[in-house]
Amino acid sequence: MSPLLEVHGLKKHFPIHKGVFSRVSGHVYAVDGVSFHIDRGETLGLVGESGCGKSTVGRTLLKLLEPTEGKIFVNGEDITALDPAQMLPYRRQMQMIYQDPYASLNPRMSAGEIVGEPLTIHRVAASKERRERVAHLFDRVGLRPELVNAFPHEFSGGQRQRIGIARALALNPELIVGDEPVSALDVSIQAQIINLLMDLQDELKLSYLFVAHDLAVVEHISDRVAVMYLGRIVETTDKTSLFEMPLHPYTEALLSAVPIPKASARARKRVILTGDVPSPINPPPGCHFHARCAYALARCRHEVPALREVKQGHWTACHLHDAGVVFPLAKPAGE
Amino acid sequence: MSLLNDVEPIEQARRDAGAALASPLLEIENLQTHFFTAAGVVRAVDGVSYDVHNGETLGVVGESGCGKSVTALSVLRLVADPPGRIVGGTIRFVGTNLLDLTEREMEGIRGNDISMIFQEPMTSLNPLLTVGRQISEAIALHRGLSRRDAGDQAVEMLRRVHIPEPERRVHAYPHQLSGGMRQRVMIAMAVSCDPKVLIADEPTTALDVTIQAQILDLMRELQDRLGTAIILITHDMGVVAENADRVVVMYAGRKVEEASAKELFEYPGHPYTKGLLGSIPNLEVAAHTNARRARLNEIKGMVPSLANLPKGCTFAPRCGFATAECHAAYPPLLQHRDGHWIACWHAERLLEGAA
Repeated sequence: MSPLLEVHGLKKHFPIHKGVFSRVSGHVYAVDGVSFHIDRGETLGLVGESGCGKSTVGRTLLKLLEPTEGKIFVNGEDITALDPAQMLPYRRQMQMIYQDPYASLNPRMSAGEIVGEPLTIHRVAASKERRERVAHLFDRVGLRPELVNAFPHEFSGGQRQRIGIARALALNPELIVGDEPVSALDVSIQAQIINLLMDLQDELKLSYLFVAHDLAVVEHISDRVAVMYLGRIVETTDKTSLFEMPLHPYTEALLSAVPIPKASARARKRVILTGDVPSPINPPPGCHFHARCAYALARCRHEVPALREVKQGHWTACHLHDAGVVFPLAKPAGE
Repeated sequence: MSLLNDVEPIEQARRDAGAALASPLLEIENLQTHFFTAAGVVRAVDGVSYDVHNGETLGVVGESGCGKSVTALSVLRLVADPPGRIVGGTIRFVGTNLLDLTEREMEGIRGNDISMIFQEPMTSLNPLLTVGRQISEAIALHRGLSRRDAGDQAVEMLRRVHIPEPERRVHAYPHQLSGGMRQRVMIAMAVSCDPKVLIADEPTTALDVTIQAQILDLMRELQDRLGTAIILITHDMGVVAENADRVVVMYAGRKVEEASAKELFEYPGHPYTKGLLGSIPNLEVAAHTNARRARLNEIKGMVPSLANLPKGCTFAPRCGFATAECHAAYPPLLQHRDGHWIACWHAERLLEGAA
């Protein structure tokens, strides 16, 4: 059986217009050849720093943005070239939860209308049935049923995110793309929402694409993780392998940069990258990471490394593996 | 300059007593900052005390609305009035109560003795001025240097915060710099007059982790060199664990716990602190256990409205340990172990459980 979602060589380039005639003067290479799949009931975490293209991947695969190149398959069917009308049945299967619960809810609609709107659009429920379904969804995400008539401004950030989740669940989707769904929330509320998402997944056999910059959160919720850097996936594997033995220098530095809330954390030796993430308008040739990589070889400067399976189920795009370099690169303190 | 004259004799007296090292540089006592709104009085800061010593990093943690930022703004007397007003307490900086100073005297302190780094470097920098102008403004004001000398000094400051090509970047406008670079500029401005106290309010929250690591590293380096006392305000327990010497935990406008960083993370005493630590996904723990996705220990409910606080302990409605006593009266802040202060009726019992 084909996986729920499969993406092949996905590219999304945004043209940059300049001058009176809006001449195209360049492109933002937001997503530059990304391939992955998501199985049923599985969570794939997509991590990376701002501007790496992780959110664009989420939006492009839902066809909220038209892909520049590449193929998207849902249940084995190619949806890449479908027009909006043809997309409609597929949209029922794929929903999205947004980052900012303040900006993503229409302030003029009541919470009940927001959650029930997808049912109206897809004409799946008459009004009485719809009310019942909305009440059920409210209950499922932990909102009190009398709040259906309240407006978004009457809710706290955590409650708003619950409304967003209820709306995403309204059509019984198979896949939910969460674009930084907990990053705007306080830690104690964040934990509530993460637990809710995990409970819903177990109960409804949902698949998630969980897009986030917080590695600890991604690591907690995901089965497999893909790390992105400047429009490309640099490493992907199951979460335990990734966090125990990263096989890409960028992943290693990223993991090392995450502060750990523990008494002994201060003595920890860390890898501190120099410089900033380069611009996706003018990405460096070869491996995009080479300018910040302490281990870069001559080859890294001009040849793009392919994503390949270095260990069983562990894919990485790095020339160091050909050169016989042994990972981990930075030896932990005390060795 | 009148301030310095006031301060000198006090400092001299302290040195004579041989207590100069032991006395804190900045001491906040029983601070109360309230906001008078149409919806009622919001007790944003309600009796908070903490201090910071030379060369020390004090972490102040808590969630949004706990009063951690308002406390810091009160120190610099930057709380907008109306609606906010400091209604009680003292803020002593090397012996002088900052709340007694005139606005003019306060200007001599801000950015000079005590400076601040804000969370969002884009909104805290002036988009119409080059970064060089903005850095040299503070230097010219407090040091009385000419514009040209201050400009040279600005290049030096950019070099100090490791901005590549400082001679060129000094002419850049904020929008031409990346987020990490802008935060470096903010730090350059803040430390340009060698402040004794640096208040950093969520200095890395808007930044990516690899850039966050760079900025925190830079702050440590500057502290080692200049002996600055840092008040690090953050919601990130990891940032606190890796950077603070001592930690203050705030909840709903009050300090609920204070301890050395080591003590706090090993023996958290207040149920709120325990809850916070339990609710963070921990990279190290989860990566080394094979259990697929343990549930996080969430704290039930949400932060109470500061305009309408519950009776008794403000955390009691969300607390798993709460008893009738907790709902009746707010617990006193008591020292339960060496330097470890907790405001909880059940602190002894909870500490025993942890030890």
